[in-house]
Amino acid sequence: MSVKVSMKVNGKPVSADLEARTLLVTFIREQLRLTGTHVGCDTAQCGACTVLMNGKAIKSCSIVAMQAEGADILTIEGVAKPDGTLHPMQAAFKENHGLQCGFCTPGMVMNALDFAKSHPDPTEEEVRDSLEGNLCRCTGYHNIVKSIMAGARAMAGKP
Amino acid sequence: MTASLIGARIQRKEDYRFLTGAGLYTDDVALPGQAYAAFVRSPHAHARIKKIAADQAKKSPAVLAVYTGADLAAAKVGGLPCGWLITDVNGQPMKEPPYPPLAQGKVRHVGERVAVVIAESLAQARDAAELIEVDYEVLPALVDPVKAKGAPAIHEAAPDNTCYVWALGDKAAVDSAFAKAAHVTKLDFVNNRLIPNAIEPRAANATYSRAEAAYTLYVASQNPHVERLLMTAFVLGLPENKVRVVAPDVGGGFGSKIYLYPEDVVVTWAAKQLNRPVKWTAERTESFVSDAHGRDHVTTAELALDRDGRFLALRVRTTANLGAYLSTFASCIPTILYATLLAGQYTTPLIHCEVTAVFTNTTPVDAYRGAGRPEATYVVERLVETAAREMKLDPAGIRRKNFIRQFPYQTPVALCYDTGNYEATLDAVMKMADVAGFKQRKEESLRKGRLRGLGYACYIEACGIAPSNVAGSLGARAGLFEAGEIRVHPTGTVTVFTGSHSHGQGHETTFAQVVADRLGLPMENVDIVHGDTSKVLFGMGTYGSRSIAVGGTAIVKALDKIIAKGRKIAAHLLEAAEADIEYDRGVFKVAGTDKQKTFGEVAFAAYVPHHYPLDKLEPGLNENAFYDPTNFTFPAGSYVCEVEVDRDTGATQVVAFTAVDDFGKVINPMIVDGQVHGGLAQGIGQALTEGCRYDSTGQLLTGSFSDYAIPRAGDVPLFKLDTRETPCTHNPLGVKGCGEAGAIGAPAAVMNAITDALGVKDLPMPATAQTVWRSMHKAA
Repeated sequence: MSVKVSMKVNGKPVSADLEARTLLVTFIREQLRLTGTHVGCDTAQCGACTVLMNGKAIKSCSIVAMQAEGADILTIEGVAKPDGTLHPMQAAFKENHGLQCGFCTPGMVMNALDFAKSHPDPTEEEVRDSLEGNLCRCTGYHNIVKSIMAGARAMAGKP
Repeated sequence: MTASLIGARIQRKEDYRFLTGAGLYTDDVALPGQAYAAFVRSPHAHARIKKIAADQAKKSPAVLAVYTGADLAAAKVGGLPCGWLITDVNGQPMKEPPYPPLAQGKVRHVGERVAVVIAESLAQARDAAELIEVDYEVLPALVDPVKAKGAPAIHEAAPDNTCYVWALGDKAAVDSAFAKAAHVTKLDFVNNRLIPNAIEPRAANATYSRAEAAYTLYVASQNPHVERLLMTAFVLGLPENKVRVVAPDVGGGFGSKIYLYPEDVVVTWAAKQLNRPVKWTAERTESFVSDAHGRDHVTTAELALDRDGRFLALRVRTTANLGAYLSTFASCIPTILYATLLAGQYTTPLIHCEVTAVFTNTTPVDAYRGAGRPEATYVVERLVETAAREMKLDPAGIRRKNFIRQFPYQTPVALCYDTGNYEATLDAVMKMADVAGFKQRKEESLRKGRLRGLGYACYIEACGIAPSNVAGSLGARAGLFEAGEIRVHPTGTVTVFTGSHSHGQGHETTFAQVVADRLGLPMENVDIVHGDTSKVLFGMGTYGSRSIAVGGTAIVKALDKIIAKGRKIAAHLLEAAEADIEYDRGVFKVAGTDKQKTFGEVAFAAYVPHHYPLDKLEPGLNENAFYDPTNFTFPAGSYVCEVEVDRDTGATQVVAFTAVDDFGKVINPMIVDGQVHGGLAQGIGQALTEGCRYDSTGQLLTGSFSDYAIPRAGDVPLFKLDTRETPCTHNPLGVKGCGEAGAIGAPAAVMNAITDALGVKDLPMPATAQTVWRSMHKAA
């Protein structure tokens, strides 16, 4: 069964005819060729596929594309400024060496963007709690935690 | 350029692409017309395949092909080879049963590949795979490695399920030292089986060009050249020059992506059969059942001491579980990379280790971060700490009493340590961790209802793998050098080609620092290329913390050749004698004069040779080098872990972890710290949360992230790190390697801390809340 889906991705309207069972992440990666959103576990545990849907962090492997009908989706490709300048959260990851292999990174950044909106100056513990659904095997989380604390402060305009 | 780039915390060149979604991992590669593969895997640990009914699958929509082991056998596709020959105590070669890419007649572990379906879409391939009916005659499964002997044979080639019995050291001398010892400390333990779980699942995408009669394989691999060599020469019988292997961005490896895997072979072979690119990406459950696992030792270890706590002898007996088949480097992990490290940081004069390596109906086991060295460190450091407690000696003091202080030091287990300063790292870690204040912290914890414990681990590892002649004499079937090439472009920018592979380590930055520093060029003028057999002349890849020590040195050797040739060109341009030309940070100068040519001018002259000594020199500025190390490197360090145990629940938290490592010279401390953080988290994971479990029928009980707990952010603390530096004596950078240290040292430190908190002799890993709670209630 084929269905038509339409949504906005990184500010651009997109639509496609898809098999009804097509996951949102498959639509993003295979149809739109936005391959920055990764699939690490296909069971909604690792968080590598995290995107923002209407501003809220969701795991794009855990919903079908149809469920995002009419939604506003932001992927990692849409986070930096159009001129390529990194968003403060991305810059914080770079400055704090918050990434190694880079595979979990887009999900980490997307989750942090949502988290930082409600936590302009988070504690270490709050950041660790926020990462419950995002797995990293490289960094031991040490520098991810520091990155998100710094990125959240930068987003709130704090030094 | 004035300040040295060596030792500078330079932000990574690779980060921008990863942070903006522009990385290119294997599953991101989309080849025109690609088809998709889905593997049918065995649901049984041990069974005879009576029949495979694939007609329905073949007829289902958009299916291009279904292949089984019979098809591969008919096409004369060979089995997967093992890269290291271990010789048995009786002088016999290890047993090497065939490892077919698709099962032939029998399956030997859950998850073994029985058939592959290739279809137009992934969904169609998976749907059709569901339609394949395999008729199995289920056989009794062997799961427990210590019960291997006498169990029904898994392989005809190994009737007693034993791959080899191997030993190192002087058994008679060790036994006699034990007979005279004032004290013997004995421990029986399991080094728990781990599942690596890089967050990027394995993936492969192969294509065949009829025009060139050549294959290209994109694959998530740590060593594309080795993958190509093994696949062409041993499995598919293809000319190496007709196969290109590309390992693009790779999302973590930790050992699990070193090996040649059956899926890689099958998609490559199928691409030619179908004249279509064939792509496969593992689902996470496939990673759990088919990526090579790590560790899984059952060990009895004894330390003999004199009355003052001096180590007299060490006796170790280990049964190593190799799983169902010999993975690429499986045989050398519990032998060459394990027993040789049993001296640790100590002068123990006599050591004997016997290893029985067995086949079981479980996923193959191979190198996982640390590979043999964490197991050795666990043996030594758990014994040392336990001995100190039994003899009422200070655990730091007993270590100091036995530290090696004279270098070079020849151990009784084959290695010769070139340099080290174990006292320095132990002193530093004790200060940083405020060991002196521990008693007070313990009392504070107790007031909150928590038991606090402190544990040490002083580890050593052999890295910079490896001197080829030594490795060859120990059974390696390949060389272990590294290759590097420096291509200077006419305008003076530089591309560096390295046989090392970066999958998180930041080589594009660290190696660029080395090159930019030596040549005196800006970092942005230097690019590092790796991971493509069509670009990089050769390579042995990245594992065993070898990249900077071996790969980095190959680059330095090539740089020396570039500078040597540049001096010749400059001598001609400056009308001076070559002996008078000095190279200093980007400028060739005539010594004692102000006559000079920049690096860029010399490069330009090499490519636009209008005024050039063509009678003496070829145009161009491009050099390569191969470097084969003369010895291993020996990173070492001292770790202190503090834990708190909740007395009501047994839940254990690492509340402080301090690590002082000696990696020799450090190129980029920011990157090195990151490597240690990651290693420590994996080591803490082994100690506290990660344990692979099979049931008695060989079903994997820990086959998802719900059942197998890799550490989450809340499971680890902020780490306190520092380094001490004794430069490696036998490579020009003085570097030793840092990738595995954390995973090697952490488990023993954590378990020493927990046993200290609980006041018990031993506890199995992982020390989950349940395990700890049971131990507390048993003790009470």
